[in-house]
Amino acid sequence: MPSGKEVRNKIKSVENTRKITKAMEMVAASKMRKAQDRMRAARPYGEKIRRVAGHLSHALSEYHHPFLASREKVKNVGLICVTSDKGLCGGLNSNILRLALQHMKEWEGEGKGLHVTAIGNKGFGFMQRAGARVVSSVIGLGDRPQLEKLIGAVKVQLDAYINGDIDVLYIGYTRFINTMRQEPVVEQLLPLTGDLVGESTNKWDYIYEPDAKSVIDDLLLRYVEALIYQAVAENMASEQSARMVAMKSASDNAKNVIGELKLVYNKARQAAITKELSEIVGGAAAV
Amino acid sequence: MSLRVHVDVVSAEELIFSGETEFAVFPGEAGELGIYPRHSQLITRLKPGTVRLKVPGRDEFEMVYVSGGLLEVQPAMITVLADTAIRAADLDEAKAVEAKARAEEALKNRSAEINYAAAEAELAEAIAQIQAIKKLRNQH
Repeated sequence: MPSGKEVRNKIKSVENTRKITKAMEMVAASKMRKAQDRMRAARPYGEKIRRVAGHLSHALSEYHHPFLASREKVKNVGLICVTSDKGLCGGLNSNILRLALQHMKEWEGEGKGLHVTAIGNKGFGFMQRAGARVVSSVIGLGDRPQLEKLIGAVKVQLDAYINGDIDVLYIGYTRFINTMRQEPVVEQLLPLTGDLVGESTNKWDYIYEPDAKSVIDDLLLRYVEALIYQAVAENMASEQSARMVAMKSASDNAKNVIGELKLVYNKARQAAITKELSEIVGGAAAV
Repeated sequence: MSLRVHVDVVSAEELIFSGETEFAVFPGEAGELGIYPRHSQLITRLKPGTVRLKVPGRDEFEMVYVSGGLLEVQPAMITVLADTAIRAADLDEAKAVEAKARAEEALKNRSAEINYAAAEAELAEAIAQIQAIKKLRNQH
C-alpha cells in the first residue's frame, strides 16, 4: 500500500495536468469557433469563381486550359498533404497521414513518381522521415490561414503540372463535418473534375479585357488556390475541434484518476489511523 | 427610383462587401471603369486600387481597397474576386522558389526510397496509443 504522502503528490500532479488540459480545451473551443467562421467565410469566393469559370469555359470552348484537360497516361502524381502544425489533437494527423500513405503506396505500386507538398509541421516531419520527395512545404501557418503563405508552395506543384512533371494532383486534408466528426479525405484537385461548365443556353459572351485567354488563366489559377485555401481552412477547423474533444476527454480522464487516487489516499489515511489507535489500545492493555 | 445593381466583393478569406449600388468605379487593368446598372457582360483583371461604390441613400462613396483580382460584370450583378495578396508573376515566382529551397534544404540528407514499413509503424503506434487510451477510458 502506498503511503499517504506519495498518493497526495500524485494527486497534485494529476490535478496540475488537468488544469492544463482544461485550459487547452477552452482555448481550442474559442479558436474552433473562429476557425469555423473563417471556413464559412471562404465559401462564397469559391462559389463565385466556379460560376464565372463555368460561363467562361463555355463561352471559350476552343481554348483548353491544361487544368481542365485530363491526360491519358499518368506517370507522376502530385500530392498536397494538409496537416496541423501542432499535436495534441487526437488522431487527426495520424488518420490523414495513414490515408495519404495508403494512396502513396498504391501509386508507387503502379510505378508512378510522387511529388509531395507538405502543409503543416506534422505532415512535413512525417513525410521527411518517411523519405518521400517533398518538393515544397509550408509550416507555421498559425491560427489564421493566409493565402499569401500558401501561394509559393502551391505554385511549385501547379508549375510541375503545367510542365508535365506531374499529370495529376491530389490534395489530402481533414474534412470538417461537425465538432465531433472529422474525416480524412484525399481528393483530386487537377485536372479539375466536376462540371465547371454551366448550362449551355447562354447566347452571350463577355467583353474581355485584355483578352480571354489571360483572364481564364488567372481565373483558374485563383480557383485552384481557393480550393486549396478552403481545404486548409477546413483542416484548421477540424484541428481545433479535434483538439477540443481530445482535451475534454483528457480532462474527464484526469478527473476519474483523481477520484480513484483520492479513494486510495483516504484508505491509506484510515488504515494509518486505525493502526495508531490499535497501537495505543494495545499499549494501554499492556500497562 | 434609380436603377440598381448588386455588387459582391469577395476574397478567398472573406466576403468584403455585398449590397445594392447605383454606380461603381473599379481600378481596371486598362484604366478606371465606371459602371452603371445594365452594363453589358464584361470581365477584366483589376490592378491594386480602390473600388468605389455608390450606395443608395448615402452621399459619399463606399470605399474598398483591393490588391488586384478579377471583375465580372453582368447586367444585374457585379462580382469582384479580390486578391488578398499583391500578385505579380515575379512575386509568385519568388515565393515558389523560396518554398522549393526550403523543402530542398530540409531534404538534404534523406534516404532515396520511401520507407513505407517504418512510416506505417510510426503511424500504427500513434493510432494504437490513442485507441489504448480510449479503451482505458471506457473501463472507468
